[in-house]
Amino acid sequence: MAQEYSYVRTEMLPEQEPPSNAVGALVWVRENLFSGPLNTILTLASLAAVWWILSHLSGWFLNSVWQAGSLAECREILDGATGACFAVITDRWEQLLYGFYPSDAYWRPNLALLLMLVALAPVLFPGVPRKLFWFSAIYPALAFWLLWGGSIWPPLVVLAAFPLGFIAYRLVEPINGILATLAALAAPILWWFLLAGPVGGVLAGILPGTLEPVASDLFGGFMLSIIIGVTGIALSLPLGILLALGRQSDLIFLKTICVGFIEFIRGVPLITLLFTASLLLNYFLPPGTNFDIILRVVIMVTFFAAAYMAEVIRGGLAALPRGQYEAADALGLDYWKAQRLIILPQALKISIPGIVNTFIGLFKDTTLVVFIGLLDPIGLSNAIRATTEWNGVYWELFVFIGLCFFIFCFGMSRYSMYLERRLKTDHR
Amino acid sequence: MTEPQPHEYEREIDRSHMQVTDEVAIEITSMNKWYGSFHVLRDINMSVNRGERIVICGPSGSGKSTLIRCINRLEEHQSGRIVVDGTELTSDLKNIDKVRSEVGMVFQHFNLFPHLTILENCTLAPIWVRKIPKKDAEETAMHFLEKVKIPEQALKYPGQLSGGQQQRVAIARSLCMRPRIMLFDEPTSALDPEMIKEVLDTMIELAEEGMTMLCVTHEMGFAQAVANRVIFMDQGQIVEQNEPKAFFNNPQSDRTKLFLSQILGH
Repeated sequence: MAQEYSYVRTEMLPEQEPPSNAVGALVWVRENLFSGPLNTILTLASLAAVWWILSHLSGWFLNSVWQAGSLAECREILDGATGACFAVITDRWEQLLYGFYPSDAYWRPNLALLLMLVALAPVLFPGVPRKLFWFSAIYPALAFWLLWGGSIWPPLVVLAAFPLGFIAYRLVEPINGILATLAALAAPILWWFLLAGPVGGVLAGILPGTLEPVASDLFGGFMLSIIIGVTGIALSLPLGILLALGRQSDLIFLKTICVGFIEFIRGVPLITLLFTASLLLNYFLPPGTNFDIILRVVIMVTFFAAAYMAEVIRGGLAALPRGQYEAADALGLDYWKAQRLIILPQALKISIPGIVNTFIGLFKDTTLVVFIGLLDPIGLSNAIRATTEWNGVYWELFVFIGLCFFIFCFGMSRYSMYLERRLKTDHR
Repeated sequence: MTEPQPHEYEREIDRSHMQVTDEVAIEITSMNKWYGSFHVLRDINMSVNRGERIVICGPSGSGKSTLIRCINRLEEHQSGRIVVDGTELTSDLKNIDKVRSEVGMVFQHFNLFPHLTILENCTLAPIWVRKIPKKDAEETAMHFLEKVKIPEQALKYPGQLSGGQQQRVAIARSLCMRPRIMLFDEPTSALDPEMIKEVLDTMIELAEEGMTMLCVTHEMGFAQAVANRVIFMDQGQIVEQNEPKAFFNNPQSDRTKLFLSQILGH
């Protein structure tokens, strides 16, 4: 007899609650911590390890001394017990933050930091009014003026080269695209070398706007780390994008230059580049040029990060399907519009983890400037230890410095995760 | 009659606007193309008049996609001439941009921009290439989205739409540039069977309005319904071309007969 398999469903089943042994805290514990003999052992071992570490460290932290004038005083207060002497932080925190920056001018870096947050807001968050971008655009000149002092006009005049280049491009563009690019490059250079000085001088004569100048060798502490780090981050992303695009270019000469740059910079330790910046560069420059040491370091750090950035972004570019380029071409978008509107938004989104990784690396690498004599937090910890009061303090300074760096880097990491979530449109 | 027949298209086609004019839209003369040393297109000669609806078919690797991709220079040809709307395609970027903004293209895999909403996909090129104010561009976009029957999806992202809907958006996106010629590169090949019809319906409507169309497709029902000419390609050459009725009922070359029996035989 043939088997009966004909079947028609007459009513659809309603959705039901899951059984009680599938949800709840106990279920979670059982499934995630004690799901088998091996996992149970691992859970218990981990708990023991955490306990062991905490029990050893907690005494040191809980017993810490926050008010003392020297390490000897600390030891007196502790009276033989284990305990941290964080008094060194309270005693010297201004130095750790500002280096040897004149203390009556601390308001200047403070204001620069505050304004930096304002300038960053429209870049980082979509809800902020777009008009603030204008402030972000002039912020570099403003920050330079606040930090280094002098007249406000030279940095503003230097910055003015960028809109000038743009205007030159728009004026020449109707005639010829390549000529326009050349004009956009030539106008700022001519401006910087021929006109910027006199124009700045004239403007300074009309309205001085002068702050007490502060020399670069007085800069230090986290202020220095943030100056180098933030400038490096802000410059290395656009440079990295250009290098990545150059490496993908069909123009063989441009491509070779970009590949050469990336491979050379990536193949050399950062510390070598920093030594080059601090020592060798002076031999190549015309005698008498005083090329600021912080500026030199920023350039080297930027180059270094940009080379890594270029490779990260190249990965993003390579991950895009060819169809995206073709669709942009087929709609008549030219190269730059296609890159700006279609390709880069997607490629950068894919590359966010790698980009932020490079940013974090760059920020932490700023501590390497200690080897060329700049007083970043690590350099200052050495300087503080060199004084009679605090000779012998190691852990407390490094814990503090480490914690500060961690806060910055963790912040960047969280921001990148937020950005990834916000830009997620593929609904996979 | 034993000859295999393409499926009749179920809808009545309005032919009142389907008029082939004398004006030449595309002129291809002695065009050759190589991929490295592989001769992918061989001595292509073809002229398309305004208002023509041409279906190009052939086995895979026959060069049919490459041919229509040469028309907006997504592929570069190495010898011969391609003139689109009076503009010859050379390495001159100005000419290429001009042709591309006049010629719409629809791809097999839609190629919508996943980071932009449907509306932004449709307004991007009009705003940045045609320099149309955003408000006008959005109006045009909504007009064409209504035409392809998905205005309610305007603010969604491509990833939220079905394949058929995405392809209709891709068609609307092309139409927003007000092209005079539309190229379709296997527009239904990546779609589930139930979605093919909605895309073909959109294409038929476009044909009814008198658009000049070149379609690489294996939808022989579509060819039968709207094409005024079917071109059969094999090994980079045009093997046979004819009006659809004669092409399907009375193919001349053995290659064509074999191909038709393979795609219609089951």
